[in-house]
Amino acid sequence: MAHLTTMPTVEPGQDRNMILNMGPQHPSTHGVLRLILEIDGENVVRMMPDIGYLHTGIEKTCEAKFYQQVVPLTDRIDYLCPLTNNLCYVLAAEKLLGLEIPARAQWIRVMLNELTRINSHLVWLGTHALDIGAMSVFLYCFREREDLLRIFEMVSGQRMMTSYFRVGGLALEPPLGFFERIKQFADRFPEKVDEYEGLLTCNPIWVERTKNVAYLAPDDAIALGATGPTLRASGIDWDLRRDMPYSGYEQFQFKVPLRSEGDVFSRYMVRVEELRESNKIVQQALAGLPEGGIKADAPKVVLPEREKMKTQMEALIYHFKIITEGFTVPAGEVYQAIESPRGEMGYYVVSDGTAKPYRVHMRSPSYVNLQALPKMCEGRLIADVVAAIGSIDIVLGEIDR
Amino acid sequence: MPVAPAITKLDDLLERPAVAALLAWRREAVQSARFDRNELTVNLDRSAIREACAILKDSPQAQINFLSDLTCVDLHPSEPRFEVVYHLLSMKRKERLRLKVQLPGSDPSLESITSLWPAANFFEREVFDLFGVRFQGHPHLRRLLMPEDWEGHPLRKDYPVEGYR
Repeated sequence: MAHLTTMPTVEPGQDRNMILNMGPQHPSTHGVLRLILEIDGENVVRMMPDIGYLHTGIEKTCEAKFYQQVVPLTDRIDYLCPLTNNLCYVLAAEKLLGLEIPARAQWIRVMLNELTRINSHLVWLGTHALDIGAMSVFLYCFREREDLLRIFEMVSGQRMMTSYFRVGGLALEPPLGFFERIKQFADRFPEKVDEYEGLLTCNPIWVERTKNVAYLAPDDAIALGATGPTLRASGIDWDLRRDMPYSGYEQFQFKVPLRSEGDVFSRYMVRVEELRESNKIVQQALAGLPEGGIKADAPKVVLPEREKMKTQMEALIYHFKIITEGFTVPAGEVYQAIESPRGEMGYYVVSDGTAKPYRVHMRSPSYVNLQALPKMCEGRLIADVVAAIGSIDIVLGEIDR
Repeated sequence: MPVAPAITKLDDLLERPAVAALLAWRREAVQSARFDRNELTVNLDRSAIREACAILKDSPQAQINFLSDLTCVDLHPSEPRFEVVYHLLSMKRKERLRLKVQLPGSDPSLESITSLWPAANFFEREVFDLFGVRFQGHPHLRRLLMPEDWEGHPLRKDYPVEGYR
């Protein structure tokens, strides 16, 4: 974040070039992103993203919390896919502890993660279409999103800040009727995707606004660190769920959507295909959900059941110790990466052997993908900037942390 | 699942292509290596980092092509104080590699790798902003997240969590 007066990077090259501030309050910047544009008429000559308006110092806060207290903080990084962040953090902590998670907990984690991906992509599709001028798609997407938020509320008590995963498993056994609710959603969702596609995919205005716009070459995508749908739309076949599986993803069959055009339209198509594939993973998880516990067998890390606390002294002591002192984690460091809806979400956690993490660093996908934005927009029309921002699907909470 | 003991001897890690490539290039630049919790870490000399990344990027064995992450850890009050951490990825081999460089608190500076991976641009600016580590050769090393006129580097361990009041 910088003051306008001390902004030496973008200087008007010629008399006719103009510096234009887009944001931080521009509706299509999805939060508080400020873009400094040097424009020549309608053409963008140079662009510089300016971030930091949502910086809350979450990484610093994590260092002052116990390991289990970090989970709610991770929700607030990316408020459109809180469960993905929860998962990435707990996987990192579990790797440090060397915990083994029961299969049932892993499958529920995968199921909820894919629902979160659908949820996040629905918000992206609605707002992206709204930015380009297709109003009604937004209403269609938020109709299904409401169902998903109710599902999240059912399992965690919260619509958005779920914090449902714990180091060592899940917070609670899902309530009665939960899986039926998901099944109802998953059965009817594919035809809803057909509806969105019917509104957009062959719509001539949509195609005109998105095809051959904001091109990103595969080499540039790799060099700039782009991941997720932004990378796959440029023709690089890389998905961490398939290539470096975590949390039992190797047991699921799904396709990784791939396009090679590298424009806004191909990013749209990749994400729409992902909606369908995620739905298939949810259905597989429902069909093959194993029986068993939802918490690891580690009494010093996982909170005991309520009933045991009323009858067993040991359980009561462990509960008291974990709540008041936290649990200690062996010294070491891990980098755990997972495929979030936006790309590679990575948590680098360093432990010094105490109950609080020494350092937590989040490698957030939108933060890195944002660096590809100038490459997409420079030399193109200013109206395409809006389409380009929508197509990389940024969340400013995650960028600024 | 107990954690397997870490491998720390350089000679035991020679079958790892990244370690082999770095040792073949310049043995004295590699300070130590560690394979722990299925993750490979190589500690490098501070002057070697940019060239080492270039070697790994060109190496036909290691096939490192992607910079995942770059960050820093403050080990205050011990010396050397800063540890700059690079997470590299080989998409072909489906392997990650962590490089670490230790820097003294009195002069925390090292070479930038933005010429190899432009993705390092924001990462290095962030580390400069929050830790005060300087990257030589960075095209515009300025604060990224904090305001331009901010004093201090918030992620340093001697910076209070609540900030100065």
